[in-house]
Amino acid sequence: MSTATPTRQPVTATAVGTRKRRPLLLDLYGTAVGKKYAMAISGIAMMGFVMFHMLGNTKMYLGAAELDGYAEFLKKLLYPLAPKESVLWILRVSLLGMLALHLHAAWSLTVLNRHARPVRYQSARDYQEASLASRSMRLSGIVVVMFMVWHLLDLTFGVVNTIGTEGEYVRSEVYANVVRSFERWPVALFYVVANLLLGLHLAHGAWSIFQSLGWNNPRFNAWRVAFARGFAAIVVIGNISFPIAVTVGIVSV
Amino acid sequence: MTHSVSNLTLKVWRQNGPADKGQFETHVIESITDEASFLEMLDVLNERLIGENKEAIVFDHDCREGICGTCSLMINGQAHGPQRGSTTCQLHMRSFKDDDTIVIEPWRANAFPIIKDLMVDRAAFDRIVESGGFITSPTGGAPDANLIPVPKPVADAAMDAAACIGCGACVAACPNSAANLFVGAKITHLNLLPQGQAERYKRAEAMVDKMDEHFGSCTNHGECSAACPKEISLDVIALMNKDYRSAKFKNRKQLSRK
Repeated sequence: MSTATPTRQPVTATAVGTRKRRPLLLDLYGTAVGKKYAMAISGIAMMGFVMFHMLGNTKMYLGAAELDGYAEFLKKLLYPLAPKESVLWILRVSLLGMLALHLHAAWSLTVLNRHARPVRYQSARDYQEASLASRSMRLSGIVVVMFMVWHLLDLTFGVVNTIGTEGEYVRSEVYANVVRSFERWPVALFYVVANLLLGLHLAHGAWSIFQSLGWNNPRFNAWRVAFARGFAAIVVIGNISFPIAVTVGIVSV
Repeated sequence: MTHSVSNLTLKVWRQNGPADKGQFETHVIESITDEASFLEMLDVLNERLIGENKEAIVFDHDCREGICGTCSLMINGQAHGPQRGSTTCQLHMRSFKDDDTIVIEPWRANAFPIIKDLMVDRAAFDRIVESGGFITSPTGGAPDANLIPVPKPVADAAMDAAACIGCGACVAACPNSAANLFVGAKITHLNLLPQGQAERYKRAEAMVDKMDEHFGSCTNHGECSAACPKEISLDVIALMNKDYRSAKFKNRKQLSRK
């Protein structure tokens, strides 16, 4: 920025890039557009997870045996074709990989964006289209990740499950663990808040996927935003119903 | 019968060269006809400043009929001001009310260094176009009509993209300083038409890679399209993303790459 006019690069005669080629996927991931593909694909994987996670949890409305039985079923996915828990671990590792990819791409794109405007506007911006959801993606994403850490410590590892309650954490007694956790109102409130932010994240993210992957067609463009909002609404309503149900006593031991 | 707008407070960004820190400078416009364009209002102010032996405010302008893409200006936090689908030169003072405060800033992006006051260097756009925004083969004179058939919807979409005047409002409006709407428009313009097919994927790859050297990334806010004086749709970004992916995955022999 020290000189007003940068020295002109020679104009190439043909539209040929000069960048050295790396292996295909790394090459794609090396660019901002490629990172958006990574964001979108990892986003789809995690959307699949949150949807099935929510659907599985609705078993708590059918009673302790159903929910605990569902947890047991997950361990035996594809059993006896595959060893017990093997499919579950493949899913876990893949999802963690997808989360890591999503976070790395988000981090490096944020750094890129900050570099792209080192001197910010000195007066207030008047945004026309940018929504609360689109502008709070980083914040909502960070809160959701922090929530996931708590969620795992609470209901998977049981470390924080018994704080402030009577009783003992037993891994296989999913139903009892959930009820015990949500009977603490601050925990229930945190679950509700985190899931509302997850919904906000999904409402923008699930629409962005279509743009990032280049899925644009006049035949379904009108449905892209509706799909994103509908998907977010279903996940959020399902998820926040669980702590509320425990708090008001619909689901109890 | 003409009306006038009175008592406008202008807060104009003054910056004496790229390295200067810069600050807002306040001027009061007592009265100006509402038929004046925004740039004419600045002309009037500059005449006054020159008369007072002060330095005139530097800003970009050329055709003043909304087609050259030279004028810029961030007006009250919006690129090209509050009027949708128009450039700053097509914004008139009737868009403002008496006693309004109008804050004027230059485009701000790392790729658009400030030359002076409100004028920025948009050569980064030229670098992108040089990397692939053209058709290499000599095309000769104008061909006979319908020599190369183009379906009507395709011609329309390509023309909508070709309406881009390269003003940089998309970059200025984008919270991330991304140039995806500009590059998407240039790629869509050529990649939809038959003449652009031979270099379609080379073009997408080269232009996107060049864009990466200067600009931020798209987070689908939609601010670019809202600020665009030619109201170019976000669809061009989706096509760019699609063609860029195709460029990476297509058989490289077909792309005649080394």
